[in-house]
Amino acid sequence: MTSGMRRTGTEKTMKAVLLISALASLMIVLLIFLFTMKEAMPAFREIGILKMLTDTTWRPGNDQFGILAMIAGSGLVTLGAVLLGVPLALGTAIFLSEVAPNWIVKIVRPSIELLAGIPSVVYGLFGMVVLVPLVRMIPAPGNAGFGLLAASAVLAVMVLPTIANISEFAVRSVPKGYREGSLALGATKWETISRVILPAAKPGIISSVVLGLGRALGETIAMIMVIGNSVILPAPITSNPLSIFLSRARTLTGNVAVEISYATGIHESALFATGVVLFILIILVNSSARFLMRRGVN
Amino acid sequence: MTAEIRMRAVDYSLFYGDFKALNSISLDIPTYRISAFIGPSGCGKSTFLRSFNRMNDLIPGVTTSGKVLLDGNDVSKEDVVNLRRKVGMVFQRPNPFPKSIFDNVAYGPRLHGTKNRSDLAVIVERSLKGAALWDEVKDDLGKSGMSLSGGQQQRLCIARAIAVEPEVILMDEPASALDPVATLKIEELMNVLKKNYTIAIVTHNMQQAARVSDYTAFLLTDENRAGNLIEFGPTKQIFTTPSDSRTEDYISGRFG
Repeated sequence: MTSGMRRTGTEKTMKAVLLISALASLMIVLLIFLFTMKEAMPAFREIGILKMLTDTTWRPGNDQFGILAMIAGSGLVTLGAVLLGVPLALGTAIFLSEVAPNWIVKIVRPSIELLAGIPSVVYGLFGMVVLVPLVRMIPAPGNAGFGLLAASAVLAVMVLPTIANISEFAVRSVPKGYREGSLALGATKWETISRVILPAAKPGIISSVVLGLGRALGETIAMIMVIGNSVILPAPITSNPLSIFLSRARTLTGNVAVEISYATGIHESALFATGVVLFILIILVNSSARFLMRRGVN
Repeated sequence: MTAEIRMRAVDYSLFYGDFKALNSISLDIPTYRISAFIGPSGCGKSTFLRSFNRMNDLIPGVTTSGKVLLDGNDVSKEDVVNLRRKVGMVFQRPNPFPKSIFDNVAYGPRLHGTKNRSDLAVIVERSLKGAALWDEVKDDLGKSGMSLSGGQQQRLCIARAIAVEPEVILMDEPASALDPVATLKIEELMNVLKKNYTIAIVTHNMQQAARVSDYTAFLLTDENRAGNLIEFGPTKQIFTTPSDSRTEDYISGRFG
């Protein structure tokens, strides 16, 4: 065998090995989906998908398995996290990319990356001992501190690194020429940021928010620790509509994690169904991020 | 013939930290004329050009000595926003914003307070005509500026610059990223623009300097790599009877 043939052989083997590695993650995703789906099928068949998605009553003892309250809980806590976290994260990103001198960037950026490394149970502990008592100080009847507001605040900090990092990258990727072109026309730094740089970075910023959304939807343990976990459709607790965020709630993730250890039969299957709904929600969110990013490139 | 002087550098030096990049340059930019800065790469001609609208302020660690004057006033004492309204700039790579053609041209006027749509439309049309682009884009003002060809983009950038009615237009190798036909259009345009604007252009292309400019400055680095002005005078004189042998060597292609 010549050296050329041997090398061609190695080439083919390497190609196959790399292809298998690349396909592995796809296979794993498919397998997870299929097995979760298989376990969820009895619930979907017996209870009905529509009934599960639209019923607000979750009483496993009564064979009532509506997950709308949890969908609302997950949705609201994520919305709250976006409202609190996006301005903070965007401010951080703009500061780091456009305003801060290098030495500050060198201190701030690693600390943001450190935030991403803190285990979520630690965020939960912090929420319980700091945020929950703070929220409890808001005077409203029935406000226990545990609820959507505290959970949203915890979640806002948890998604901060994702949103800040990707947004900072998006802002930094705006060509230098735009910046110079705007300044050379007599724009101030802030005018340049708000009128040229942010619009140009918009696709990247939107994707960062959507990726943050995906992360927020999937967060489990920190949510269980601060959100109160009551299976109720969140509603304002005073006449102020914003007080909906003082309501207790339960997330889709929390529902599965709290009950799976003792659930059996159709109850267990309904928890898998909860997982499937969550899975699909996150796939939708992430693929919309991908779509937005691609549109930004073109 | 002596022309009025629009801008003037007096004993102007520029430092990056401890490194001296421009060494004591003095020259006058005559009003309604095209002055070209030529010289080999790294001689500081672009840095010098950017001193006229203080774009070097953006670079950390830059300090200067001496003065740059606009209509007799020290530009370092002028409000930088105001200065850049009076001294526009066109860059090497066309850099239209990712906005419509209309919004690109209206960008400057909007910054400086023109809000009324019909006023803006008048300015946009006048500026695009001034940049010889109107006939090509008048039916597509809503189209993205980025969708134009390179030469059209550069003329859009010129329209954007003249929309704020500057006194001076600085051009930093405005045609170096363009093909010969687009380059020719820019050069023809410069000849028209100099009726109303004072122009300073950096070019690495000596033929271009010879074709378009009225005055030429030749810059060269000294043994410490600092940019020095070797010679400044009417273009014809610089290209036919330069007084410095280094100028002659450069324009005859012996180095650079």
